[in-house]
Amino acid sequence: MSILSFRDVWVEYGEKIVLEKVELEVADKSFVSIVGPSGAGKSTFLRLVTGQEAPTRGRVMLDGEPLSPEPGPNRGVVFQRYSVFPHLTVLDNVIFGLDCAGSPLLGRVFGAKRKAAAEQAEALLTQVGLNHSLKAYPAQLSGGMQQRLAIAQALIRRPRILLLDEPFGALDPGIRLDMHVLITELWQEHGLTILMVTHDIKEAFKLGTRVLAFDKRRHDPQAPHRFGSTAVYDFPLTEKTRQVPPELAGLAKEEAA
Amino acid sequence: MRRLLNIRPKRGGRFFLGFFPLAAVGVAYFAASAARTAANPADKLLPTPAEMWTAVERMAFTVDPVRGMIPMVADTGASLERLLIGLGIATAATLIMGLVLGLLPLVRAGFGPLVAAISVVPPIALLPILFIVMGLGEASKVALIVVGIAPFMIRDLASHVAAIPEEQMVKAQSLGGSTWQIGLRVALPQAMPRLIKCLRLSLGPAWVFLISAEAIASDVGLGYRIFLVRRYLAMDVIIPYVIWISLLAVAMDLILMWLSRRFYPWAHSARDA
Repeated sequence: MSILSFRDVWVEYGEKIVLEKVELEVADKSFVSIVGPSGAGKSTFLRLVTGQEAPTRGRVMLDGEPLSPEPGPNRGVVFQRYSVFPHLTVLDNVIFGLDCAGSPLLGRVFGAKRKAAAEQAEALLTQVGLNHSLKAYPAQLSGGMQQRLAIAQALIRRPRILLLDEPFGALDPGIRLDMHVLITELWQEHGLTILMVTHDIKEAFKLGTRVLAFDKRRHDPQAPHRFGSTAVYDFPLTEKTRQVPPELAGLAKEEAA
Repeated sequence: MRRLLNIRPKRGGRFFLGFFPLAAVGVAYFAASAARTAANPADKLLPTPAEMWTAVERMAFTVDPVRGMIPMVADTGASLERLLIGLGIATAATLIMGLVLGLLPLVRAGFGPLVAAISVVPPIALLPILFIVMGLGEASKVALIVVGIAPFMIRDLASHVAAIPEEQMVKAQSLGGSTWQIGLRVALPQAMPRLIKCLRLSLGPAWVFLISAEAIASDVGLGYRIFLVRRYLAMDVIIPYVIWISLLAVAMDLILMWLSRRFYPWAHSARDA
């Protein structure tokens, strides 16, 4: 079952073609890792789904409907940094989504609704292991804890799709491993479809059920900007094939360097 | 040998280092004043502390029999009223304009150039226009403070709001926030500590504009008084007034700083909290 489809999608900035002829179907409840060299349009691809970017040509469909060209609550998002609100406590950061849904005018729910919202938020925060820091401000949390908060915050509106833009890129290796366990658990428990852009090719193969590698299919030395990137490799993964394939070994080395 | 830029005074040392220049200025003044008074008992230029205290007693603790009021109290009341109304209007305008300009590219495209153009006009040059249009009363003095500080505050706040990371704005939208909700819950609270900081920086210019307006056309006020007694070389009045104005300015600054830390603790890092 396909949840997200890309039909002949092109993204161009004036003369420069960033993405060309992207044709993809993303299955419901899959975990898609997106890799590729810098400047290969990974982030642009993700921005198409968040709604930060609209295709110049072609269509992006979510559940068979054309995607609205601005962010919405059916697509949760976690960035590498700056995706929690510095002026809200941990609890309020997560309740924010429910505040927006429950109170169009004040942007804040009160009384019994607030109590219910707080319970729901606390349950989610317990799941990500932040139930002891409800009253802390993000600046008081470590990088890993901030990302846990960002994930809990993104899940409160029960999005169909969770978009992760290098979510663990700024974290220490040990913390990264903890986060891998966490995101895999949440993915399974919440029945999410996840698209994750990462620079870490091992991470891509470890977490994903499918890996997309973006790069330019053709290269014109006189006018490199006239050819865009597309998904040049598309690997469905099973438990047995979680190895970085030889075609991508070069990329893995390049990223490590 | 450690580099000079790595030597940091400890708490006690910092207090001493800060206190010493202040005390030195005071001592230098008293010495000069005493020397001049010894040479010429009628000297007006550097009044002694005793002379200044006599002037303060006359200005601050005695009812003026002609006008039926204590001069310094009446001056302080009138000046603070003008200043606070001016700061209040400027702050309200900044909050609304700054948020709207910072948050909505459409409004920024429309009104940004206008605000930028207004903010390069020297406010004092507008004073004659204000006097002609609004008369010599209170309105033109308050208006000078507002036109003097609001454009700069609006530009600063708008650029601060516009600089809220895009990630945060996308996140807020992906949580279902509308323009109004994001303005109210994301931009407004993050603008507040900046607004207070901006207001603190504007206190100095606001006093300058107040005193200028009072010096030119007024019959009561701290600025009016010091320019009035200047005619009699009354340094014994002017110096205590200047000290009083400085104390008022420092008090306002401290109150604003306290408010910011009290209500927006997240905006102050643990180090300066």
